[in-house]
Amino acid sequence: MQGLAVTDLSASYRKNNVLEDVSFELPQGSLTGIVGPNGAGKSTLLKTMLELHPKLSGTVTFAGAPLSKMRRKIGYVPQRGSVDWDFPTDALDVVLMGLYGAVGWLKRPKAGHRQQALQALAQMGMADYADRQISQLSGGQQQRVFLARALVQDAELYFMDEPLAGVDAATEQAIMTTLRELKGRGKSVMVVHHDLQTVEDYFDHVLLLNRRVMNYGETAEIFTKDNVYRTYGAGLRWRKEVPS
Amino acid sequence: MSYTAWILLTAALVGLSCGMIGVLLILRRMAMMADAISHTVLLGIVVAFLVTRELSGYHMLIGAVIAGLLTSVLIQWLQSRGVQGEASIGVVFTTLFAVGVILIATQVGNAHLDVKHALMGEITFVPWTTVRLPWIGDIPEATLILSAVLLIVVVAIIAFYKEWKITSFDPALAASLGIPVIVMHYAFMSLLSITTVAAFDAVGAIMVVAMLITPAAAAYLWTDRLSVMFGLSGGFGVGSAVAGYYIASWLDTSISGSMAFATGVVFLLSFLMSPKHGLISRYVTVPARKKATSER
Ligand SMILES: Nc1ncnc2c1ncn2[C@@H]1O[C@H](COP(=O)(O)OP(=O)(O)O)[C@@H](O)[C@H]1O
Ligand SMILES: [Mg+2]
Repeated sequence: MQGLAVTDLSASYRKNNVLEDVSFELPQGSLTGIVGPNGAGKSTLLKTMLELHPKLSGTVTFAGAPLSKMRRKIGYVPQRGSVDWDFPTDALDVVLMGLYGAVGWLKRPKAGHRQQALQALAQMGMADYADRQISQLSGGQQQRVFLARALVQDAELYFMDEPLAGVDAATEQAIMTTLRELKGRGKSVMVVHHDLQTVEDYFDHVLLLNRRVMNYGETAEIFTKDNVYRTYGAGLRWRKEVPS
Repeated sequence: MSYTAWILLTAALVGLSCGMIGVLLILRRMAMMADAISHTVLLGIVVAFLVTRELSGYHMLIGAVIAGLLTSVLIQWLQSRGVQGEASIGVVFTTLFAVGVILIATQVGNAHLDVKHALMGEITFVPWTTVRLPWIGDIPEATLILSAVLLIVVVAIIAFYKEWKITSFDPALAASLGIPVIVMHYAFMSLLSITTVAAFDAVGAIMVVAMLITPAAAAYLWTDRLSVMFGLSGGFGVGSAVAGYYIASWLDTSISGSMAFATGVVFLLSFLMSPKHGLISRYVTVPARKKATSER
């Protein structure tokens, strides 16, 4: 099935080109890792596809339709550090935000919405923390709240920015279980990922990015030492076992 | 009503509207914007006066909104051209303020506008300029405008409560859900502008900044709930405004200055005593906190 198709996408911050002619295609139901060095433009790619950052050129479609026409079918998990965790609100409230599009203007979330949000929290092992102020949560718990918020969006396509950065091992496993389950339900998930050791375990597809697309495709084919070196340039310490 | 009652009511309205708008100002990390708007709104008032040759509240509100939007558009534009955030705020508001001051000095003469009045406000003059309303009777114009502005602010906050919350907490998610983050930003700047200009008469451009920022910053220290923060901040604003009036008559000094001073006292007390971030709670409840931390 036709999934996400990006053609010649370019973006910049003022005169500084960050993405140049990014093109790739990913099938529906794929779980894709976006891999590249710091400053490669991974976050910018997600934001540009969502039109949170203006593109200079290019098109982005999902199942043949422009992404901008199907906002409600896209779930976005920003980098954890991009929000103020001292904001006066609790975990349940943050999850409810994922439903604001569905709730609609001038309306308040109803009991049904709260039920959905509680369920998503429970699925992330956070049922006991629903009314905890968000600054009182650990980094891993905050990330679980973000994942629960993505779950209630019930999207077809998910963009997640480093959901596994700085979380404890148990949270990493919980999140991966959730991502695999999403994939099992036919959802397409793109995840910015920083840990080269786990790429092969976690993702069936990879996108190697460094301002341009260095490679993309099935992990087994693409995630080779040569390709990764090319993406990161010199200075990368490769792990001990090298894929063939 | 007596003069004192009108002055107290006006002060309370300033405290309430500034306190509520201040919550969004703090949570959107735009405290600097209060400073900017409070100065550029002066230009809006002067231009409104030059165009209409009238100084009614209604003209001032429109002038203020235009000046406020112009300020935020210019700041946004400079930032998008690579000027550092706070520098662009500083450049824009000082320039627009200077234009306002020059216009007053050269074009307005000493009609009704003088810079000192605009900067310092004079709440004791408020009861002197009245308008007649059906059923209610004579009411000071400043009080009437403040009531209307408070109504607009409260309705806007309640009607779009969840939109304010999400665009303040996580604008990227809000935008990805299709909530018009930019429109909300300019709507907020408009609310801030009308609140500022309505509070001008009472407290002036300098003290309005204290009324906008300090009660909200104090409320932030006390609660983990946004709705409670709105209530507390409004309450602190009213309390400071009323207390400020009595401090001023007791010490026979500037009313607006005393109100700002009272907000400072509220903040200081909150800073020392609040359960969340307070200095005292840090020492008193250390064992309990440690326990909560180790449970995580
Ligand atoms: N708001 C911004 N303004 C200016 N430059 C930015 C901004 N955000 C990111 N950049 C620059 O764009 C490049 C790509 O950033 P980003 O997409 O965050 O990379 P990654 O997520 O891969 O680490 C970096 O060089 C970064 O410095
Ligand atoms: Mg990034």
